[in-house]
Amino acid sequence: MKKNKLTLSKKQNLTGWIFLIPAMALIMCLSLYPAVKALITSFKTGAGSNMRWVGIANYARIFKDTVFLQSIRNCIFYLIIQVPVMLILALILASILNDRNLKFRGFFRTAIFLPCATSLVAYAIIFRSLFATDGFINTVLVKIGILDTAYNFLSHATSARIVIIIALIWRWTGYNMVFYLAGLQNIEYSVYEAAKIDGASPLKTFTHITVPLLKPTILMTAIMSTNGTLQLFDESVNLTFGGPGNASITMSHYIYNQAFKGVANFGYTSAMAFVILIMVAVLAFIQMKVGDDRE
Amino acid sequence: MKRKLISVFMTVIMGCTLLAGCGSSGDSAGTSSGESTVAMENNEDAETETKEADTKEADTDGDQTLTVWAWDKSFNIYSMEEAEKVYQKDHPGFQLEIVEVGWDDMQTKLSTIVGSGNYDQLPDILLMQDFAYQKYCITYPDLFQDLTDCGIDFSQFAEGKLNASVVGGKNYGVPFDNGTEIAAYRTDILEQAGYTVEDLTDIDWDRFIEIGKDVFSKTGYSLCSVQAASSDLIYQMLQSAGVSTWNEDDTPNLVGNDVLKQCVGIYKTMFEEGVMAITNSWDEYIATFTSGKSCGVINGCWIMASIQSAEDTSGLWQITNLPSLPGVEGATNYSNQGGSTWAITSNCSDFDLAVDFLKETFAGSVELYETILPGAGALSTWIPASESSVYSEPQEFYGGQEVFSLLTDFAEKTPSVNLGVYYTEANTALATLLANVVAGSDIDDELKIAQETVEFSMQ
Repeated sequence: MKKNKLTLSKKQNLTGWIFLIPAMALIMCLSLYPAVKALITSFKTGAGSNMRWVGIANYARIFKDTVFLQSIRNCIFYLIIQVPVMLILALILASILNDRNLKFRGFFRTAIFLPCATSLVAYAIIFRSLFATDGFINTVLVKIGILDTAYNFLSHATSARIVIIIALIWRWTGYNMVFYLAGLQNIEYSVYEAAKIDGASPLKTFTHITVPLLKPTILMTAIMSTNGTLQLFDESVNLTFGGPGNASITMSHYIYNQAFKGVANFGYTSAMAFVILIMVAVLAFIQMKVGDDRE
Repeated sequence: MKRKLISVFMTVIMGCTLLAGCGSSGDSAGTSSGESTVAMENNEDAETETKEADTKEADTDGDQTLTVWAWDKSFNIYSMEEAEKVYQKDHPGFQLEIVEVGWDDMQTKLSTIVGSGNYDQLPDILLMQDFAYQKYCITYPDLFQDLTDCGIDFSQFAEGKLNASVVGGKNYGVPFDNGTEIAAYRTDILEQAGYTVEDLTDIDWDRFIEIGKDVFSKTGYSLCSVQAASSDLIYQMLQSAGVSTWNEDDTPNLVGNDVLKQCVGIYKTMFEEGVMAITNSWDEYIATFTSGKSCGVINGCWIMASIQSAEDTSGLWQITNLPSLPGVEGATNYSNQGGSTWAITSNCSDFDLAVDFLKETFAGSVELYETILPGAGALSTWIPASESSVYSEPQEFYGGQEVFSLLTDFAEKTPSVNLGVYYTEANTALATLLANVVAGSDIDDELKIAQETVEFSMQ
């Protein structure tokens, strides 16, 4: 009897492990192995293939790299402005589109989600031409009379950053909205109906029902967006070329430039990549602590 | 039992799709609907890859096929295809497999391949930008093969051009196209403002700005344009006076480089006076002179292919030399931008064949250069070819000018400078400097920052 029980749990364990093996093997060889290799590389330095050990010198060097520090500032600027704006917008859109009385719900949901089915490079290039000096936005603004002459959005530091933020919001709001919509399905619709009967305004319903009940989803999207913003690459590379000067360059873009454009120093660039990893981990940890309900 | 079979079957399928997805570059997380198509694309990729691998294997089997990596279909690849035809006349079994690899992709690929030690992924022959030659030879010492004693007569190449691919006294490449600097102007627009191309020939930048202001106020056209994210124009100006951004000991020469400071000043004035338009991207840059915002182009002569893309302006363009730096010792009206060289990689399956091919074509066939010159505007740096009669044929697009003999003449007068191993870093640092100076920063402060940035990169 006892023996049988043991085999059963063993059997179940074994099944579990067998199911885990393919995923584990893939993670090992595609993520973990390169990550360990990169960690080892980050303790070496040298041009191209002439590498030598230097210990933590690469990490010390980062704090003296003015361009990298600038790129950190840029990313934090994107993070602080873009992530809250995008998440609030996505939340509002999701609660509007969750209304069962709304007509053409499916159409609106698809339309708002559609931008995130576009290629990152393609949309960045389209935004570049939209905001070009002789682009669509300038033409419209001049025609309406808001601007006298065309404004070169991409050649001024602040406006170039704002263009990137607008592009990001356009691209990712629908993506986050879908998570909220999914989360909203778990909230009993009768709760909303009850609130309505009690005379709660839409704003009250939003702040007192939707937001608290969606907290886990909001936390998840916040972590994902933070992670994504810190690793921002395509927009900086294709939309503004990191310019003007280095005013809109992101960390990943700078790392790419250092690794592949000039004389390659993979040791130093790996070290910078690990700094991003640490930043993402720390921010995610803080967010999880803040969002944790358990005492 | 049935269920077990199905689950095993499903696991196998899942495993396969996941494996097929290995090649994807991430970010498939976005769309669940898109995933199946992603997997399909990857399957296709995998198929083409195996095909490539097959042909690669065939190379080593002694049949005469060489793989080539190059960018620009209408220029470099076209020239390579013509070279293939020339060589095939005497070697019927010979074949080239030319793969189009953009310059940006080329850099990424080379760094990845050499960095990971997978040399067998390299092609037999590849095209290399002259400004990056020193960098690759020094940072990846076993990437290119030494060609010094392979039988190619390097003395028949223009010396300034040849220097790019010589490292430590050894030849690592066969020079190809020429990047001689030209200034091309729209004669019809200049006429409206009361000028001719002669007025813009053999002048200095002060006079250029004077004329430019006049042209701008009368016609609204700028006299030249640049792309914001590069400092190529500054480099062209510096080279015209033989000034380098590097000292003799290879330390950056930015702070205290008076000629550089003067160039930046000229750049700023030209922008402020409307003489020069600054664009955000390469397409916008091309559009300034093809669709009418700028009536002149100053760049390497390969830009002619882009000028000629505006067919409706045929006959309206004329070419002359670029302005010189005023008051600088050794200033000339001649410079250079770009140009590239063929290299044989250390993975070459048949070194003797590759050498013989290059020797018989790019380093030995007047016929080849006679074809690719009118066909693509590929100006030779192989001296015997420049004596060909094709060079003195008048070009209709440029109002009947004998453009190519003019360019050969320019090339001979161009001063040679050391672009350095860290050319890209210095170019980027100067581009940042230009953006900030145009936005109002002080030139001396910015030069100091640029110098520090470059020195930092070199650590």
